[in-house]
Amino acid sequence: MRILLILLFFAAAPVLAIDKGAVEKLASGDNDEKIVAIAALLAEGDPEAAAVLAKFAEGEVVVEGKVVEVVVNNRLRSAVTDALAALGLLSPERATRLEAAKALAGGADAVMLPLVKKALEKETDADIKPLLELTAASMEMKGGDKATRIAAIQRLGTSNSPNSRTLLSEAATDADEDIRIAAQKSLREVQGKLAWGERAGLLFAGISLGSILLLAALGLAITYGLMGVINMAHGELIMIGAYTTYVVQVLFRKTNYFDWYLLVAIPASFVVAAAVGMILERVVIRWLYGRPLETLLATWGISLMLIQSVRTIFGAANVQVENPAFMSGGFQAFAGVVLPWSRVVIIVFAALVLFSIYLLLTKTRLGLFVRGVTQNREMAACVGVPTGSVDMWAFGLGSGIAGLAGCALSQIGNVGPDLGQGYIVDSFMVVVFGGVGQLAGTVYAALTLGFANKFLEAMSGAVIAKIVVLVFIIFFIQRRPQGLFAVKGRAVEA
Amino acid sequence: MSRLYGPKGWTLIGVLSFIVFVVFPVLSLKTSPDSSFHLSQYWVTLIGKVMCYAIVAIAMDLVWGYTGILSLGHGLFFALGGYAMGMYLMRQIGREGQYQSDLPDFMVFLDWKELPLAWWNSDQFWWCALLVVLVPGLLALVFGFFAFRSRVKGVYFSIITQALTFAAMLLFFRNATGFGGNNGFTDFKRILGLPITTSETRIMLFVQTGIFLIGTLLLARWIVTSKFGRVLTAIRDAETRVAFCGYNTVHYKLAIFTLSAVICGIAGALYVPQVGIINPSEMSPANSIEIAIWVAVGGRGTLTGAILGAGLVNFGKSYFTQAFPEYWLYALGLIFILVTLFLPQGVMGLLKKKT
Amino acid sequence: MTDNANASNESGGFGHIATEELDTTHGVVLYLEDISVSFDGFKALNRLSLSIDVGELRCVIGPNGAGKTTMMDVITGKTRADEGTAFFGQSIDLARFSEAEIAHAGIGRKFQKPTIFEHHSVFENLELAMKADKRVRKTLFSALSSSQRDRIAETMKQIRLNDSADRVAGLLSHGQKQWLEIGMLLMQEPKLLLLDEPVAGMSDEETERTGELFLSLAGKHSLVVVEHDMAFVEKIARKITVLHEGSVLAEGSMSQVQNDPKVIEVYLGR
Repeated sequence: MRILLILLFFAAAPVLAIDKGAVEKLASGDNDEKIVAIAALLAEGDPEAAAVLAKFAEGEVVVEGKVVEVVVNNRLRSAVTDALAALGLLSPERATRLEAAKALAGGADAVMLPLVKKALEKETDADIKPLLELTAASMEMKGGDKATRIAAIQRLGTSNSPNSRTLLSEAATDADEDIRIAAQKSLREVQGKLAWGERAGLLFAGISLGSILLLAALGLAITYGLMGVINMAHGELIMIGAYTTYVVQVLFRKTNYFDWYLLVAIPASFVVAAAVGMILERVVIRWLYGRPLETLLATWGISLMLIQSVRTIFGAANVQVENPAFMSGGFQAFAGVVLPWSRVVIIVFAALVLFSIYLLLTKTRLGLFVRGVTQNREMAACVGVPTGSVDMWAFGLGSGIAGLAGCALSQIGNVGPDLGQGYIVDSFMVVVFGGVGQLAGTVYAALTLGFANKFLEAMSGAVIAKIVVLVFIIFFIQRRPQGLFAVKGRAVEA
Repeated sequence: MSRLYGPKGWTLIGVLSFIVFVVFPVLSLKTSPDSSFHLSQYWVTLIGKVMCYAIVAIAMDLVWGYTGILSLGHGLFFALGGYAMGMYLMRQIGREGQYQSDLPDFMVFLDWKELPLAWWNSDQFWWCALLVVLVPGLLALVFGFFAFRSRVKGVYFSIITQALTFAAMLLFFRNATGFGGNNGFTDFKRILGLPITTSETRIMLFVQTGIFLIGTLLLARWIVTSKFGRVLTAIRDAETRVAFCGYNTVHYKLAIFTLSAVICGIAGALYVPQVGIINPSEMSPANSIEIAIWVAVGGRGTLTGAILGAGLVNFGKSYFTQAFPEYWLYALGLIFILVTLFLPQGVMGLLKKKT
Repeated sequence: MTDNANASNESGGFGHIATEELDTTHGVVLYLEDISVSFDGFKALNRLSLSIDVGELRCVIGPNGAGKTTMMDVITGKTRADEGTAFFGQSIDLARFSEAEIAHAGIGRKFQKPTIFEHHSVFENLELAMKADKRVRKTLFSALSSSQRDRIAETMKQIRLNDSADRVAGLLSHGQKQWLEIGMLLMQEPKLLLLDEPVAGMSDEETERTGELFLSLAGKHSLVVVEHDMAFVEKIARKITVLHEGSVLAEGSMSQVQNDPKVIEVYLGR
């Protein structure tokens, strides 16, 4: 595809005279001579050379109007491919040049050096120039006199690409001692920079997991943390949010506005999960206030029924939720670290949800009522707070946030009836670890656990990481039963 | 012994023992398969299985119903006992596995050359029987020591035992852990040299389970009628007062929690040869919560209730999963909700009210 | 952040306090010095010092939040003091022991809200409280001796529940529950009794009898009574301690305290 584009471009360029001798060599020389000929054609930077080379790759060379058949082996073919890419360096289009520079940065034959140097003289673009310099350096490093090689090695030391690491580690075992020393020094520099990239990648993975844990746990921080309701069906409310997103997405697929479906799916998942939560609160949970163990069992029963309902409606198999276009793909933040857009969007989304909850709890009447009822139910009732409906709305809020979490999760993973089961233990751990009733604690706990998980994962694999984190929390809770953010209070009797 | 049961209670236990030890074996072994009195292997396995569950329910009732500690780790103790027995059963297969190796099939499959350390001595029955008791017991002792000493109680305790179970499940799902990964242990051939699928062996296991069930019931009854048992109930009702009376509640909770875990482990060990498989799904959090609901259905704080609940729910389950498989979860979910809302004393409470 | 939970955890409680006689050679059974406890910056106790003599009946009064309950929590090992020392007799440093060990050593405590074992009978409540070896193994095999039965019967008479021996405690009236809890304390044969609002919710007649009971106990035991009912305090008090904002405001006889200008200001003034 890329070659085709370049060809189209060069085909349109005016025909200039090209090195006849080189063309003849292409037709009749041996393989080494042919490579030299390719390089010679390249050095001209002549657009017509592209057409000649393309024909050559197909096994034809036109010498003085006559077509000569030639045998092209793999070595020659890859030389031509590189050559064609290199020619792109001279294109007036920035995009084409960038593409070509990237292609060559992967490592190209040293015969391209003159062309790269020529391109480098003309190049002014800040993105392309460093790439070319690196390419040039890696070519110079392989051949040429000692001083050039050492200079090239030093220049490679400023790079942060995994390719330079490979090149330098080859040079680090060179026969020449000076080169070896220079290469080792540059290698350390490059490795240092790459390690930063990897660390940054890990950091991002940690934040990303943390934001997901946070979303899953935030609803629970309200229903369990503030209201004291052990809702084992929390995971299923997340699952309901994910299925709501799925349904909205299916409906939008028939329209032209598919990319906008999240605008509907987000409020829809909130409302559906909140409605389910409020019904549960009115029908079951409110009869069990003050009996946490019974609440645990009853809500577990609810979760079983919700799972089975979803199985009945949507089937037991996972369903596919497609990302809107703007969330697919990713961008390269560092060398070798690609951040998927979906994860970035979820981090932002989690922050927004957190901020909204904070506002809701501190700045609105419902928030005031919720805080009042959780601190002293009787007193709140005495001053005219409708505690019953506050419970219902607060539970609805917590459930709705679970729905939002489901909506977010549907963008990065499978959606199935068992989706929630995987999150229930995690989200309880986050809330308990952070300290019950502490929104700030929940945030810190989610991020801490996210990081811990990812760092351990890098060392020992995902399952072990998860086990280690769980065991850590289990022992942590035993040391500090009130969680990270303990509130000391007067010992309550009995 | 009069403290344990009245004359009526002893008669009932006598009748039950007679049925388990005499009637069932006779019906299973001495009748022809076409006779309408014949007890098929399906029923022997099912009732044997339910008896194992009933043992677990008694163990759960001791900690939850009597002491007020809702453990969601009992499924783990049960499974650990089962795995310990499973190790022995895997070794009993000998070279009759698919790969005809001395090693269990899954190890050959993973290209392991020798047994991992955890399997040391696992061809000895006595050693595995020791593990059945020690592994769940020690785990409960250590975990309980830290938890109770730190005054982790109520729902907190439930949640962290659930996390423990969950972590263990993840661990056992890994192939590298060395216990068969996903598939666990299965395809057993022999136990103590006897072929495991014959009716005689089945009935032998069945009767042993029955003996252990009745033994557990009597032990539990002895415990709850002792002063120790009264202290446990007192801990459930007013733990602070118990401590202010001079009892070290940590020791009491630890003692009953560990004992309960050991009972679960033995139940698991009896369960595995009867059903012929053990895998990590036995450790799923759902299983542990289900144990609690057996006890709740029967009636917390009554031993008869625990047995009754385990029987009702599990016979219900085996009926439902055959007749209307897609409705079982609805039924189970409803049981959870209805029992907690309307039957806090369980079926036993209902029976008591009527009389 | 100081770690309160942690402090109270350390005494996982495996050593038992030596059960030899309490050393009260200086005539003092309880000695608190400069005790401070704070919760999130709020000073519940502020350099509180107090000493109780052997056989004394001491009344502690003070407005809500004065630190009366926190003081009892510190003495019984439920809350750890941030600063200061608390000694039981001459030799037992209360900060080093758990609730159970302190109770075992001879401090009995009655809560504000009666806490009894609701599902046990009156008899069983008293049996559980009775002074005995309270380790796990012993309770598994314990059986009541006839002298122990006699003691329980005696205490039931003392708290006027001898007709309700087999009644489930949860069914008793509020006043009866208070009495049962006092009976349980007596069964522990404590050196020191801490009683938090013992007559709350009692009828006048019951209050009267409780006063008599306390007076008869003084001498044999040391008693610390926290009470809001001033009429009751007036009836039984010999020495009164007034707490205010976590420290001792005044101490003395009823009339001394009543005429103390600082006390008047706290109770009536401002």
